[in-house]
Amino acid sequence: MFGDYSLADLSSIFVMQGFAGLILFSVYVLMALGLAIIFGQMGVINMAHGEFMILGAYVTYLCSTFFQTYLPSLFGGYFFVAMALAFLASGAMGMLVEWALIRHLYKRPLDTLLATWGLSLILQQAYRTIFGPREVGVELPSWMMGSIPVTDSIEVQINGLFVIAVTTVITLGVAVLIYRSRFGAQIRAVMSNRSMAGAVGIDTEKVDRTTFGLGCGIAGIAGSAFTMIGSTGPTSGQLYIVDTFLIVVFGGAASLLGTIASAFSISQTQSTLEFFLSGSMAKVLTLLAVVAILMLRPQGLFTLKVRR
Amino acid sequence: MADDKGKDREKGLDSALRRKLLMGLAGLPALAMMPRGAFAAAPTSAVNTTGLAVTDTEVTVGILHSATGTMAISETGSIQAEKLAIAQINEMGGVLGRKIKIIQEDGASDWPTFAEKAKKLLVNDHCAAVMGCWTSASRKAALPVFEQYNGLLYYPTFYEGLEQSKNVIYTGQEATQQILASLDWVAKEKGAKSFFMVGSDYIWPRTSNKIARKHIENVLKGTVAGEEYFPLGHTQFNSVINKIKLKKPDVIFADVVGGSNVAFYKQLKAAGIDLSKQTLLTISVTEDEIDGIGGDNIAGAYSCMKYFQSLKNPNNEKFVAAFKKMWGDKTVIGDVTQAAYLGPFLWKMAVEKAGSFDVDKVVEASPGIEFKEAPEGYVKIHPNHHLWSKTRVAKALPNGQFEVVYESPELIEPNPFPKGYQ
Repeated sequence: MFGDYSLADLSSIFVMQGFAGLILFSVYVLMALGLAIIFGQMGVINMAHGEFMILGAYVTYLCSTFFQTYLPSLFGGYFFVAMALAFLASGAMGMLVEWALIRHLYKRPLDTLLATWGLSLILQQAYRTIFGPREVGVELPSWMMGSIPVTDSIEVQINGLFVIAVTTVITLGVAVLIYRSRFGAQIRAVMSNRSMAGAVGIDTEKVDRTTFGLGCGIAGIAGSAFTMIGSTGPTSGQLYIVDTFLIVVFGGAASLLGTIASAFSISQTQSTLEFFLSGSMAKVLTLLAVVAILMLRPQGLFTLKVRR
Repeated sequence: MADDKGKDREKGLDSALRRKLLMGLAGLPALAMMPRGAFAAAPTSAVNTTGLAVTDTEVTVGILHSATGTMAISETGSIQAEKLAIAQINEMGGVLGRKIKIIQEDGASDWPTFAEKAKKLLVNDHCAAVMGCWTSASRKAALPVFEQYNGLLYYPTFYEGLEQSKNVIYTGQEATQQILASLDWVAKEKGAKSFFMVGSDYIWPRTSNKIARKHIENVLKGTVAGEEYFPLGHTQFNSVINKIKLKKPDVIFADVVGGSNVAFYKQLKAAGIDLSKQTLLTISVTEDEIDGIGGDNIAGAYSCMKYFQSLKNPNNEKFVAAFKKMWGDKTVIGDVTQAAYLGPFLWKMAVEKAGSFDVDKVVEASPGIEFKEAPEGYVKIHPNHHLWSKTRVAKALPNGQFEVVYESPELIEPNPFPKGYQ
């Protein structure tokens, strides 16, 4: 297995693969974070998560077109504006959906699965009608493209670094918000005992709406960041949804730390196996490992935290 | 006064007459629908003996593609091309003096739906021909229906070969037509010896790579440094890119499709693989795909197709202008779109050669049909129902278009069951 490579090659393999794994880890955390909040904290199975991500991607696309046409001098920085707008757009859409659909289904958690799946189909067709069925190309500012050569055989991708940075900032932000802020305390209070939380004066409906909006908003940021590495089309959201659920479920639904740990282990397994085996085989083995572990530790596996 | 009265009476008569006339006029459309054998080129009873939807003035043709779902990305171009071709044929006077009427059905990117809709088009609508299907999976699903009800399908996509049916005319290339000449070119032009194959994990890339591998190993005496497949929709290619970097192949041979395609090229670019130095040969990127990938991300790659929008010949210039006039300035035209455009014309010529809409007679008349106005230059139907066509290799430009760098000197014979390649 290692015989084909020289020692210098081997060391760069490990560095490059480590970095590839780290990028994959960040991508996984970023896409799972929004879902972890919604599924983990609220017990809502949001099948439309991918479509909220793609909304963010389309916002980024519109932003890039806008800046190219009207503000070409500021094009280098448009991505930050796009991410902020993506958060607002997906968040607003999330709150609207919560108000119109989800809040009627809190007592029937499995029905949220069907309802949000339907929502995802509606959104896909809406994107298709509005933006056309073809994928759109999102132009990136030139500083975000290419890589920094460290040694002859080791190169570090700039967009990889960017994703890692975004993920770190967002994860820290969410951790502080949920575990250190007054709002986070309210979320956790509502989740653990709804009627008691209401009795002590927490506006539970408002907390629900904001939490759902927050989760969707983070999905929007993820979608915006993924325009760098993936495609933007009406059905691109479907590319992410399976992995996202896998990570959240594997990590144990309610814990942020669990999500991170699960993203880490899955991404490292996946990226290492991909290097030594073929891509499809790597996926099969990763999924088998996840299934095996979930059989031994079923706490992760869809133990729905149903609201009582 | 008397005169006035007289006029009044006349008016009364007039209006009664007019009412009768109007009643008669209301019946005119019905009159128009009555058989007018004397005006048509040939009586319908003679050109249609099998109960197809052919009248003295109209013939019904089906279009069966995905207008919704994942595949809408790719199939929209084919729908547009087929509608353009049919509109042009109607302008030229139709087929055997009959205008083509389109019935469009949506396969919705779901293979069983393709079979169901194919049945509807053949059994309920009695379509004389169907332009449709895109993925091999949809064609395989619809094929038994076309064979059972003796329909006629014009299939536009380049595909893996290993199929030949009486009821299908394949207007795209089968794998050997697309791959072999371009591998020869890259071996000669770039001195390529080692190849690294990356593909999506389903029948078309696997069969194509198998053919390519045989050709590389047996004919070109080169080596395959790696052959990797990823599930459809895979979005992370960093590991395989690292592997490519270490193996340093002369050529990356790529047949990744769909959303994965976009991710693959973006990450290749981000990983610092410069396609002006590293030769990359792909059989899955047309102008359509570049729209989503972004011209900057793929500039320098070589694509093997039979048609590129930038082809310089009078047929193509006319075609591109007409396409943009009908579907807007921003639309791009890829290989399959052009192949889809051929379908209605090939059918029209076969029908006119046969002097009949009957499927059996049209099929019999098809081999040898030449289409000299094809945007790709010239095509001819082979007895095995595929087209003789040229292979072209072109380099992707940052503006999303291709610059043709190689064109096979001769038309290449279609060979869906290549000996020594299976």
